[in-house]
Amino acid sequence: MKFTEDHEWLRIEGDLVVVGITEHASTQLGDVVFVELPEVGTMVAAGDEIVVIESVKAASDIAAPLDGEIVEINEAIVDEPSKVNADPLGEAWFFKMKVDDLSLLDQFMDEDEYKDLVD
Amino acid sequence: MSELLHLPLEALHVELGAKMVPFAGYSMPVQYGLGVMKEHLHTRAAAGLFDVSHMGQVILRGADYQAVAQAFEALVPVDVAGLGLNRQRYGYFTNQAGGIEDDLMLANRGDHLFVVINAACKDADIALMRAGLPAGVTLEVIEDRALLALQGPLAEDVLAGLNPAVRAMRFMDVADLDLAGATCWVSRSGYTGEDGYEISVPADAAEDLARALLSDERVEAIGLGARDSLRLEAGLCLYGHDIDAHTSPIEAGLGWAIQKVRRTGGARAGGFPGAARILSELDGKAPRARVGLLPEGRAPMREGVELFTTAEGGHPIGRVTSGGFGPTVGAPVAMGLVARDHATVGTQLYGEVRGKRLPVTVVTLPFTPANFKR
Repeated sequence: MKFTEDHEWLRIEGDLVVVGITEHASTQLGDVVFVELPEVGTMVAAGDEIVVIESVKAASDIAAPLDGEIVEINEAIVDEPSKVNADPLGEAWFFKMKVDDLSLLDQFMDEDEYKDLVD
Repeated sequence: MSELLHLPLEALHVELGAKMVPFAGYSMPVQYGLGVMKEHLHTRAAAGLFDVSHMGQVILRGADYQAVAQAFEALVPVDVAGLGLNRQRYGYFTNQAGGIEDDLMLANRGDHLFVVINAACKDADIALMRAGLPAGVTLEVIEDRALLALQGPLAEDVLAGLNPAVRAMRFMDVADLDLAGATCWVSRSGYTGEDGYEISVPADAAEDLARALLSDERVEAIGLGARDSLRLEAGLCLYGHDIDAHTSPIEAGLGWAIQKVRRTGGARAGGFPGAARILSELDGKAPRARVGLLPEGRAPMREGVELFTTAEGGHPIGRVTSGGFGPTVGAPVAMGLVARDHATVGTQLYGEVRGKRLPVTVVTLPFTPANFKR
C-alpha cells in the first residue's frame, strides 16, 4: 500500500488503483456526515479535487492522486458516511481508478515513510 | 496576535484527552475522546459537563438593586428592574442602529446585578457598560471564578448528589449553593436546549468540582464542538454568527426578550440604544427574519451559504448564519437570515453549496424540543 501527503492510501487491485483515506485522516476529520464522490467514467488529472467529505467540524476535499479514469465508486459510504470513521482502510474505500502507468505509484510514500510523516 | 489565555481547568482538559484550540483568545477544549457526535448525543441522553470559563462574569453594584437595574435599562431593552430576586433573564446590548452588540444573561442577586457576557465581546461589553452607566454604579469583572455548565436530562440527579437543593430550582432560578466544598453561584439554565445548570465556582475549587461531577458515570466532558451543534439544534443564537451589530433583535426573532414594560405603551418604554427601530419592527416590519432551515439532502449547509428562491439565476434573498450536522436530528440543520417575504414555514429555498443549488425548507425552530424545568 502507498500513501500520499494528502493522507490518502492507494492499493493496487489488478490493473486498478483503489483510493481511500488513512486512519489518521479520519481521526483528524472527526465524525464524517457526508461524502460526495465523482461519477463513474470521469477523466481526472492528478490534483483535481474530486471528493468532498464533510465532518461535524468542516468540509474538506480529496484530490485525485494520479491521472486516469474513475471506474468504480463506493456508494456504501455515501449512504452511511460513518463507515469512513469505522473502517477507513477497509470497507470505506472511496473510488477505484484506471491509471495509464502503475509504476507512477512508486513516487508515493510506503507505510514507514507515512508513519514518520504523521507521528 | 496576542498570547493565548489559559483557564483554570486546562490541565484537567488535557488529562481528559481534549483537543485544545484557540477560541476567542483562549485555549479551549473543542472535543474529547468521544468526539463531537457522541458528546452531543450523550448530553441529550444523560449529562454533559462544559467548561465555559472563557465567558465574562461581571458584578454591578449601586445604592441598591433597583438603582443598578434602572441604570442598566439604558443599555438593554429588557425589564431589569422588574426581575424577581434570584431570577435570571436573557438579554442583549443594543446599538444606536438597532443592532445587537452582544447577548447576555443577567440575574437579580439582591444587592447586585450579575451579568454573564460572551468571551469574544468581553472587552467591548465592559467598555460599553463603563461608558453607559452612571458614576454611582461600580463594575467588578470577576477574574477569580471559573464557569461550568452541567447539561442534560440527568443533570438534576447528578448535581443533587452534591447538593439536593438544586432540585427545587426552576428554569432561570439562581442560588448560592455549596458544591464540593465551595460556595457556587448556580443558575438553572444553559445553552443546549436541555435542562441543566450553569455554575460559577471559585477558580481554586473548580477542578475539585469538575472531578466530583466527572466521577459520576452519567457525566461526560463535552467540548465546544458539541456545544455548538447542541445550541444550533436548540435554535439558540451564537453572537457574531446569527446575530451581530447589524442584526436587529426583531429580525433575529428575539423580540420575546423585550418585556411589555419596555415596549411602546409600557411604563418604561424605550430608553435603550436603537429603540426607535427596534420597537417599530416589533409590529412585524422587520425586513429580514431568522429562520430554521432543513436541507433536503445530506450535505451540510454551513455559515455563509447564500439562499435563493429558484434553482437557477436570481439574487440571494438571504444566507445561512449557522449550519452543520444535527446529531440528534440525524441530518443537516441550519439557521439563516432571509428576506421577510421568504420566511414563512414551509417555503422552499435553495442553498448554493460548491456551486450547486440544493433544496432547503424553512422550518420552525427549535429542531429538538426544549427540555427545561419550568
